[in-house]
Amino acid sequence: MSHTTMTSRRDHRAGRLAMGSRALVPRARAARLHGWLFLSPALAAYGLFVLWPLITSLRYSLYSWDGVTAARWVGLDNYRTVFSDSALLSVLGHAFQLIIYFSLIPVTLGLIVAAVMRRVVVGRLGTVARTVLFLPQVVPLVAAGIAWNWVLSSNGAVNQILSAIGLGGITRAWLGDFTYALPAVGVIGVWVLLGFCTVLLLVGMSKIDPVLYEAAQLDGAGPIKEFLNITLPSLRQEIGVCVTVTVIAALSAFDIVFIATSGGPGDATMVPGLEIYQLAFYNREVGLASALAVVLMLLVLVCVLPIQWFVNRGDVRA
Amino acid sequence: MSRRADAMRPRVTARARISLCLSAAAVVVIAGVVAVGAATARQERTTAKVSSPTFASACGTRPVTLQGYFESGFPDITDLTTAFTKQYPSVKWKVREDPFATITQDAPLTLGGPNPPDLMRLPTISSLVKDRLLKNLDPYFQEYGWKSFPASQLAQLRTSPTGVGVGTGPLYAMGINYSLTGVFYNKALAAKIGMKVPQTLAQLDAILAKAKAAGITPIEQFDGGATGGLLFPLQQLMADYGSASQIDNWVFDRPGATIDTPANLQATEHLQQWIKAGYFNPDANAVLYPQMMSNFEAGKALLIFDGDWESGNFDAHMPGQVGFFLMPALKAGGPQAAMSAPLTYGIAAGAKHADCTAFFLNWVATNPTARKINVEVGGSNPGGPATLPIPKVKPGSTTSQTLAAGAIAAKDNGDMGFIANANGSIYAEAWTPNVQKLFAGQETPQAVLSSVQAAYKAAGS
Repeated sequence: MSHTTMTSRRDHRAGRLAMGSRALVPRARAARLHGWLFLSPALAAYGLFVLWPLITSLRYSLYSWDGVTAARWVGLDNYRTVFSDSALLSVLGHAFQLIIYFSLIPVTLGLIVAAVMRRVVVGRLGTVARTVLFLPQVVPLVAAGIAWNWVLSSNGAVNQILSAIGLGGITRAWLGDFTYALPAVGVIGVWVLLGFCTVLLLVGMSKIDPVLYEAAQLDGAGPIKEFLNITLPSLRQEIGVCVTVTVIAALSAFDIVFIATSGGPGDATMVPGLEIYQLAFYNREVGLASALAVVLMLLVLVCVLPIQWFVNRGDVRA
Repeated sequence: MSRRADAMRPRVTARARISLCLSAAAVVVIAGVVAVGAATARQERTTAKVSSPTFASACGTRPVTLQGYFESGFPDITDLTTAFTKQYPSVKWKVREDPFATITQDAPLTLGGPNPPDLMRLPTISSLVKDRLLKNLDPYFQEYGWKSFPASQLAQLRTSPTGVGVGTGPLYAMGINYSLTGVFYNKALAAKIGMKVPQTLAQLDAILAKAKAAGITPIEQFDGGATGGLLFPLQQLMADYGSASQIDNWVFDRPGATIDTPANLQATEHLQQWIKAGYFNPDANAVLYPQMMSNFEAGKALLIFDGDWESGNFDAHMPGQVGFFLMPALKAGGPQAAMSAPLTYGIAAGAKHADCTAFFLNWVATNPTARKINVEVGGSNPGGPATLPIPKVKPGSTTSQTLAAGAIAAKDNGDMGFIANANGSIYAEAWTPNVQKLFAGQETPQAVLSSVQAAYKAAGS
């Protein structure tokens, strides 16, 4: 009797469990459906504003089209022009030069500034310093470009300071000088991106376990050894994000260059983003502009994917 | 869009093809009948017409809102629209303004878009006509009797229906006013070096040398960013060494015309001498137009090469302090030339109120109030019928000098189009980078002309 009772209870429980798992299937389906429902606005926006223009650009790049009249199929001719036109290739070269100013300097300086701020600038002063450094991210780039135009003009703040410290001999209209225009644009990039890198790296540093630093100090490590052996390896992810974002900013630069120099003097500061704009809207060569845009996108991927792979590889090992 | 039609053309069966042919034939016949009928009606209307359209016939009796797309920084057109509304209160304006560079890039898309403006400031008209984006104004030319305007005034606004060659063919735009360029000078600085208005290029050279020796910047010129302002003195020198008509041949894409001529090479070499002698502000390659104006108005330079659109500004802000002269000829008594261009406005092919806009254009050219605004605010010749007088301006004012200079240039057949307007991309793609390189000593005069001619040919091919 008791055996029977126990068996029936077990069966009953098992039956309930089985029923429960059967009930879970439609519930999981419903949850998945809800997930897609929540995702759909973002997906629609992404499809409309990213994927569709991308597909359209790919299609345009295979045509010769002035943007208004009938287009003519030209196959890969536009791509051949991009890779054979020396002027277009030099424009790509400028983009790579900008990586030094938009990526290498802000990330390196950002690391130093963040390390110093973490140790020295604390409390309210730290908050103020972080806000000031981050401010260029908030200021519209067009306004920043105009302001820097004044700062770098022949009688601007930079030249006034140089003159005041006895370096009047090297003053010049920086943005109008063939040699210095691109570095001058790069300086604006440093100003814009330094704050972003510093704040991101500071956040990363705050996550490092203080015990590691205490241990290092007990072992007799100085600030530089601490930085090289604890801070730097711990910030791999943050540095990866900084480098990725800034390299993309360098390769696809447009607004700063457009406002500061419009690509001049001559072609000294012409970058792919601006060239695409000129080809499409001044020369009305929409197909060629689209081909250059596609090449630029591939270039960005070629540069950014290895960075991402390098950063994520460490995670897999860990 | 026809591009899509090319790419996705459906397959047509034989039966469908026959049916299509029959339908097409029927459509052609009907269209022909309708066209003949319409042409006859139009001819009758033209023949019967004894006077210009009235406001009521052009704009109707109900309130109407005209859409304008204008160049920012030019108060004359804004004042004109305001005055028009004051006279005709049923007409309101909805105006969008942008810098000229933006208008240049936006023109095809704006005019071809779903809601094109009725009246728009235009860059070069050829490509827009080729794309059938501009209204042919010849019917209005007949109706309003614009044949009373000097033919040369409208020449730059005519092109063939395919947009090839400028100067002849239907009328596709009108000038709000007609500006010309030359040299403005600061009277106080001129007095300091004992300058008199030069009569020859050699005399101008001597003035520049004298100013330089006196520690005064001889010429302030903008040439920064996307603005090749060095083209102003360059084209004046080209006209001195060559002729206005040779330049026009190139600007208007006449057969065989080239910018790479011995005369233009001499002109470019002359400009290079000025650059090497330090006659320009050393930061010209970084100076934009507003900075040039601000520096000149602050008395930082003796001369600027600029246009009469600044006359009204000088009269308002520097009364009696700024003089103007046309570029002196190469030799005494030689013809003097000036870049002379209509402030070009056109009506979109798909404009909703084309007739009313044409009425406005006629009003601008003929109404005394409008002509006064054009002279006093625009500082330029109002154009219009040759019989109408130019409104009087204060004697001795800068505007009076630019208007007088216009008469001299006209007498010498020295009016010429602007080399930056030869086609839509020549200024940004060829002239600006090349004159900037010339200024920086990175390119020879010959290389400048060769590069520009190559870009000109590429754009035309």
